[in-house]
Amino acid sequence: MSAEAAGPALLNVSYDVAREFYKDYNAAFIKHWKATANEDVTVNQSHGGSSKQARAVIDGLEADVVTMNQSSDIDAIAERAKLLPADWAKRLPNNSAPTSSTTVILVRKGNPKGIKDWTDLAKPGVSVVIPNPKITGNGRYTYVAAWGAAIKSGKSPAQARELVQQIFANVPVFDGGGRAATTTFAQRGIGDALATFESEVNLIKAEFGNDFDVVYPAWSILAENPVAVIDKVVDKKGTRRQAEAYLKYLWSDEAQEIAAKHQLRPRSPALLAKYAKDFPKVNLFTIDEVFGGWSKAQKEHFDDGATYDQILAAAKKK
Amino acid sequence: MIFTRALLKRHSVLPGFDLALGFTLLYLGFIVLIPLSAAFLKTFTMTWPAFVEAVASPRVMASYRLTFGASFAAAILNAFFGLIVAWVLVRYEFPAKRLVDALVDLPFALPTAVAGIALTALYSQNGWIGSHLPFKVSFTPLGVFVALTFIGLPFVVRTLQPVLEDLHKEIEEAAATLGASRLQTFTKVIFPIITPALLTGFALAFARALGEYGSVIFIAGNMPMVSEITPLLIITKLEQYDYKGATAIAVVMLVSAFILLLAVNALQAWTRKRQGR
Repeated sequence: MSAEAAGPALLNVSYDVAREFYKDYNAAFIKHWKATANEDVTVNQSHGGSSKQARAVIDGLEADVVTMNQSSDIDAIAERAKLLPADWAKRLPNNSAPTSSTTVILVRKGNPKGIKDWTDLAKPGVSVVIPNPKITGNGRYTYVAAWGAAIKSGKSPAQARELVQQIFANVPVFDGGGRAATTTFAQRGIGDALATFESEVNLIKAEFGNDFDVVYPAWSILAENPVAVIDKVVDKKGTRRQAEAYLKYLWSDEAQEIAAKHQLRPRSPALLAKYAKDFPKVNLFTIDEVFGGWSKAQKEHFDDGATYDQILAAAKKK
Repeated sequence: MIFTRALLKRHSVLPGFDLALGFTLLYLGFIVLIPLSAAFLKTFTMTWPAFVEAVASPRVMASYRLTFGASFAAAILNAFFGLIVAWVLVRYEFPAKRLVDALVDLPFALPTAVAGIALTALYSQNGWIGSHLPFKVSFTPLGVFVALTFIGLPFVVRTLQPVLEDLHKEIEEAAATLGASRLQTFTKVIFPIITPALLTGFALAFARALGEYGSVIFIAGNMPMVSEITPLLIITKLEQYDYKGATAIAVVMLVSAFILLLAVNALQAWTRKRQGR
């Protein structure tokens, strides 16, 4: 493949709410690639619910790279379709996640219910909107955030379970996606609080006006946004070089700054410092620390009949 | 065989019966049969206990009750009001009639997600309609019913319209001259004629509602055991890469929908026969 050849095209299969970030990042990468490799590259985007996207890749969608918001989705591609090695996360720095986010709580202006932490969401009379953990990564992150926060503040697993059960008993609507939950909370006026990604908050404020306050809980989950090259696809298409460069450039200062502007936490300490006021300090724990990884959490908590289903059934009986 | 072929050939006005039948079978095979049999084949790889567990857990049973119940209720409501709408559109002249006629098709054309979001907004407690109602509609099973009613309406109206157009006023006049009251004219003359079409419209609206996902998901609230529709549980299974469990539920829905449609068809045939037509 000569440098002068008519440009190759990459397909980036990504999660739903990364649309805006990758639109800006693609423009930056295309310029960078032209300057360094003297080649015109095109990047096509596909966005949707992240597990749905992973299933599409497993079923044959030819993604050169996948950029997800949960490592389990890429694990699934490695495990089920064997399109990339199981240790894909070790191939790039920071568990192959160039950006991260965390789950925060959005409340109505002035915080009339005085919500300061996860425990306040468990109180009777408080209503909190959370996207359906059975079908959204966003909802699963909220569940593990509240559970892990309890463990981190010295509670037993039984107490953590009790807390999460009480929180989910206060959920009036289980929306099918993060954006749908936002609409329910912001536009329909349902709920005293909304649990969602920090990266969604600015968008919500821009879209629905400044009628909300953000509450940072004492502890929350580190939500990493992992990326990977799909080996079998790039080797077939001959796009490995471009695909690898595309992902590597996500760690460049330029890309990290674009991420910060979209309220995704950059990895670069310098940029994190520069945008410190957008990213208040939170004590973060990882999914591996508290749950032993996403696959284990999925099996023990979110599969049919597992803990999440049990607490919901128990919450209903009360 | 040769005899039947000769017979069919002799009775057929248009040529090309063999070719047309071949196309029909091929087309149905590719579009309907092969995708559906894939679902069945996938399910056959399950053991019986696993199948039962997938399709008969309390949560799935609750979703069947909601999906079949709300679909049935919505189809009944549509059969009633759809008949009135069709009647008005066929029998009366009024300003902007064509516009109203076109409105009926909107639920066909509108992306279901748009319909779902619009209905949710209208019927939520701060919505135009919801704020005037003393009870909650959005995010309850009632919301599911509202969405299914919306998407089902055109099926009833559009199946009834041609039949009503064929139904000449003279028949009513004849009934009147023979001394029938208005009620008698309707129950004894008009209703029997339109019953088969009404049943078809009902069956179509019902079947459509069973599979509806896009609009319902926004308005349902998706509370387990309360307002989860069966298609949502299929998605839930897929989310766990449980393809088998998902297809198992799909198979149950397919089989029950098929039986119900078959029953409606039988009922239709029976009413036709009873009328001696």
